Amino acid sequence: MSLSKDQVKDIATLARLTIAADEMDDVVDKLSRIVDFVDQLQAAPTDGVVPMAHPLNTCQRLRPDTVTESNERERIQANASAVQDGLYLVPKVLD
Amino acid sequence: MSQEHDALHTRTLCELRQGLADGEFSATELTEALLARIAGAGEVLNAFITMTGEQALATAADADKAIANGDMKPLTGLPLVHKDLFCTRDVLTTCGSHILDTFVSPYDAAVVERLGAAGAVMLGKTNMDEFAMGSSTETSYFGAVKNPWDLSLSPGGSSGGSAAAVAARLVPAATGTDTGGSIRQPAALTGTTGIKPTYGRVSRYGMVAFASSLDQAGVITRSAEDAALLLGVMAGFDPRDSTSSEEPVPDYLAALSRPLKGLRIGIVREHFDEGLDADNEDLVRAAIAVLEQQGATTVEVSLPNLDLSVPTYYVVAPAECSSNMSRFDGVRFGHRADNPVDLMDLYCRTRSEGFGTEVKRRIMTGTYVLSAGYYDAYYLQAQKVRQLISQDFKAAFEQVDVIAGPTTPTPAFALGDKMDDPITMYLNDIYTIGANLAGLPGISVPCGLVGGLPVGLQLVGPHFAEETLLACAHQYQQLTDWHRIVPGDFA
Repeated sequence: MSLSKDQVKDIATLARLTIAADEMDDVVDKLSRIVDFVDQLQAAPTDGVVPMAHPLNTCQRLRPDTVTESNERERIQANASAVQDGLYLVPKVLD
Repeated sequence: MSQEHDALHTRTLCELRQGLADGEFSATELTEALLARIAGAGEVLNAFITMTGEQALATAADADKAIANGDMKPLTGLPLVHKDLFCTRDVLTTCGSHILDTFVSPYDAAVVERLGAAGAVMLGKTNMDEFAMGSSTETSYFGAVKNPWDLSLSPGGSSGGSAAAVAARLVPAATGTDTGGSIRQPAALTGTTGIKPTYGRVSRYGMVAFASSLDQAGVITRSAEDAALLLGVMAGFDPRDSTSSEEPVPDYLAALSRPLKGLRIGIVREHFDEGLDADNEDLVRAAIAVLEQQGATTVEVSLPNLDLSVPTYYVVAPAECSSNMSRFDGVRFGHRADNPVDLMDLYCRTRSEGFGTEVKRRIMTGTYVLSAGYYDAYYLQAQKVRQLISQDFKAAFEQVDVIAGPTTPTPAFALGDKMDDPITMYLNDIYTIGANLAGLPGISVPCGLVGGLPVGLQLVGPHFAEETLLACAHQYQQLTDWHRIVPGDFA
């Protein structure tokens, strides 16, 4: 296994996911296989190659920072499970 | 409805447009006929997540008024369906996921908006791999889609619902999205025509993002002519998508008859190395021979890094996925876990309950390759190899106008067959992924049957060469009948 159980637990925490105990072995196995598979990239000669960040090798367009959308707060918040007075509710963060 | 209208489902968009213009049938009759067919013969495929029959009939009634007033737009009264990844105002947009199974978008995607403004009638939204992450439409929260050619087989994916619906003659056309082959591969495996345009050609506004530097919208149809008709409406600059191209949109329909004489077709040496089914290879070579008969010439070219395209993709796409998927946190939209004890618990349980296995796997892969200590070795290295792959295509296109080869290594595979081994599933996209990495347009057209199952010829061109691809595909379809063969149970 290229990844250990502890490594996978750390990755899951970073990704804000929990892995059930009975799924752990399978997750470690499949993720390890994927890491082994993509490891073949290490052998590719890439000295001096510019990393490709845009598929057309161009820059992203910028626009003026102005409001272009109309306010649709109610329509948008209709999708949230918990809202009050136009605000999203989450579990208490500060004591 | 009279007897002669019974076969409306067999007609292409262009044929239907003529029928509507001639007053042979009404948009309402057409809409009713297809809705009935979807509810009847189509049920078994599980191709749809949401039907919008009521809305469709209202749009069709408007279309009939417009036709009566002599005010026909390019798509007035023509039925189509959208992959359930395009946001639709007031209609569910689930992305095939539990985490979005109650999500109602406050706005329309640019693709939905443009096709709707041109008069198209949306009949419903199609099933797909969860968040488009899959090559078999088996990762959908709403269950797998079945291939109309054999119900025990996968239609491919991730736009499997769209492809199955078009192949089974439930609808003449469907939108799709293609991040690593998700339009072209299901098109090949269902005997339909699927085009993925150049990156930036069609606006991504309102497409739920999977891997933003690879995602592109396109269509699955029954002919290249219909694909040209739809692409002409969908394509074009949109200020709401920061990577939308300002390149003018040509007249794709006019380009269909462009002569193929002198066209240089590249045959990629590595496509025929190993892994390609022998019968599939014979059919692809025969299809290329048809293009040669029209005056095209073939040149052997090389894509030396082809075998690195799948591993490159499975670093870049999961990395972008892990970033895009972070928006699903149970706060603003979508599923939310019950009674969270704190914010961390809310995030972790919401996401673990809401996402399926493959999506979680890709999020974790992406998180790993972007994490401290691994970023340079995986993500940065993959971006460099992506540049090499792109340069390979650039070098090839200095010698040829278009590349022709197989869309997939084999015909459709059995449902459940590749679900236990992600790598085997990923390798199914070996011929399609390169076009996404390099941002190139690609089209798959049916080119024959292997053991009674369809396979595709894939054409890939330089950036913004959609006209060449459509011309080759259309003229091939004028000389062959593979795109007209209907799966037996749906004839």
